[in-house]
Amino acid sequence: MLVPEMLKYTEEHEWVAVNGDIATVGITDYAQGELGDVVFIELPQTNTSLNQMDAFGTIEAVKAVSDLFAPVSGTVIEVNSKLNNAPEFVNKDPYGDGWMIKIKMNAAAELNNLLTAEAYKNKIK
Amino acid sequence: MFKKLIFEMGSNGRSGCSLPKIDVPEVNISQLIPEKFQRKKAARLPQVSEFDVVRHFINLSTLNHHVDKGFYPLGSCTMKYNPKINEETQGLKGFSALHPHQPDATVQGALQLLYELAEYLCQVSGLAAVTLQPSAGAHGELTGLMMIKAYHEAQGGNRKIVLIPDSAHGTNPASVTIAGLQAVQIKSNAQGLVDLEDLKAHLNNETAALMLTNPNTLGIFETQVAEISRLVHKAGALLYMDGANLNALLGIVRPGDLGFDVVHFNLHKTFSTPHGGGGPGAGPVGVSERIRSFLPSPCVKKEKHGFTRTCEFSESIGKVSAFYGNFSILVRAYTYIRMLGATGLRQVSEGALINANYLLALLRDFYDLPYTRTPMHEFVLSGDRQKKFGVKTLDIAKRLLDYGVHAPTVYFPLIVSEALMIEPTETESKETLEQFADLLIKIAQEAEQTPELLKEAPVTTPVSRLNEALAARNLNVRYLFSD
Repeated sequence: MLVPEMLKYTEEHEWVAVNGDIATVGITDYAQGELGDVVFIELPQTNTSLNQMDAFGTIEAVKAVSDLFAPVSGTVIEVNSKLNNAPEFVNKDPYGDGWMIKIKMNAAAELNNLLTAEAYKNKIK
Repeated sequence: MFKKLIFEMGSNGRSGCSLPKIDVPEVNISQLIPEKFQRKKAARLPQVSEFDVVRHFINLSTLNHHVDKGFYPLGSCTMKYNPKINEETQGLKGFSALHPHQPDATVQGALQLLYELAEYLCQVSGLAAVTLQPSAGAHGELTGLMMIKAYHEAQGGNRKIVLIPDSAHGTNPASVTIAGLQAVQIKSNAQGLVDLEDLKAHLNNETAALMLTNPNTLGIFETQVAEISRLVHKAGALLYMDGANLNALLGIVRPGDLGFDVVHFNLHKTFSTPHGGGGPGAGPVGVSERIRSFLPSPCVKKEKHGFTRTCEFSESIGKVSAFYGNFSILVRAYTYIRMLGATGLRQVSEGALINANYLLALLRDFYDLPYTRTPMHEFVLSGDRQKKFGVKTLDIAKRLLDYGVHAPTVYFPLIVSEALMIEPTETESKETLEQFADLLIKIAQEAEQTPELLKEAPVTTPVSRLNEALAARNLNVRYLFSD
């Protein structure tokens, strides 16, 4: 089970990678394993504004449909459109090609109330 | 093995029937149907004989699992035996050869049946009135929610929020959304019951209703239902019961007495009508006195000279189905109720409770039971213990198919990890329950000792393990002709 050290995590199993004021968001390796094979992902339009922990989309796997939650507030500036035709990237490479959206953050301090890799590992133990 | 599609059988020009020579004047099709609606190319129907068709579908049917063939403990679905007398009565010419536009005077028996079935459902549920129109459980949910919405609008309120416990069936939030309302989730507590504090925190002047399944999807009776009813009504909201599990309550508890305003009945679960492969079904809805005037019109009315279809409701939401619902399904449910009577119906629920609890007693040492309150007609185990050996609940379910029984419902309710939701129903014998328990115990041992066996399962079924994700990603339901 991969839980990269440099990422932050939500209680709902999203990860976030920060580069300047841009946050890249996806779901964790644990989450994709629990969901099983993903069949469909619904993502927002660019320019959608989100508050922290707003549902920004849905993910449908063989087992269940779940909401996706924004780890930070801001505006969606890019969406991984490859997932439309190849949702399996979320299973194969959750921290790489399986990324979902990029958010231009407007409250970077929110990062402090996310989980560290250590805390997330404890959560899923 | 049987592999061909019906389109791949037969030969050019072969047909199942030969029509006699036409003995009336031929009419040009354009006189009857406008040009734009006419087919440009001939329909490419299978070109097969009657015998080809019979053999094709009989062969297909032997590949299926069904309740007449083997045990089918699919939790929440209530796969009980469908008595064959139901088929006999619905096939009576006086029921099966009717046209819905026949004058009332010529269909008195059918109208009496509809009238009495609605009466019986009122008696079973303790509610004031019932509509038989909805065509399935989820359609019943939608109908109930439309009435709730209309009720609040008539009160001059703007209530859009419907509260739904996190253990609910997925149809609940889906029906809420389709009805133009908004679903909000309520937590379950450690015992698997509605978390009253969370409920209180969500109830306000925007709440339209709480949708509650009782017993809930863990098979556990919501013991706080009286307090829930008081809180919901005090907030000005209505209480909806998803009747999916009504088969646990017959003759024991009446939803109307618990304070429910709207209840839908799944006739295919509680009242032994067939679980259609897509239909037809029936999902009648019962309502309390204050919702009565919103029921779909028309319904059957009893008058001095007989039964009529003139009954209209003053604030009706309108029709929700063509004519009066799926009539032949209603005949089956009526037959079931009349065959059993009040005492028999209570025995149905008692039998369902005893069977489920006996099966649980046989299994609880071998699988985890996250919610330990005594269940009613079904129970939910967890495959967490087996997961430690790398075996998922899906593998356990697939392995059961190898032994000729249907798998339980898996991964539902969502509040149980690796869930196995088991509902034996009252129509199974003690021996069948014991054989099934032995199988699940054997599989638990296999999970520990030979987990690879489970991951490859099933191996004895007509098709081996299917790639469910691929089927959903690349949906292919249309035959492509080679030319």
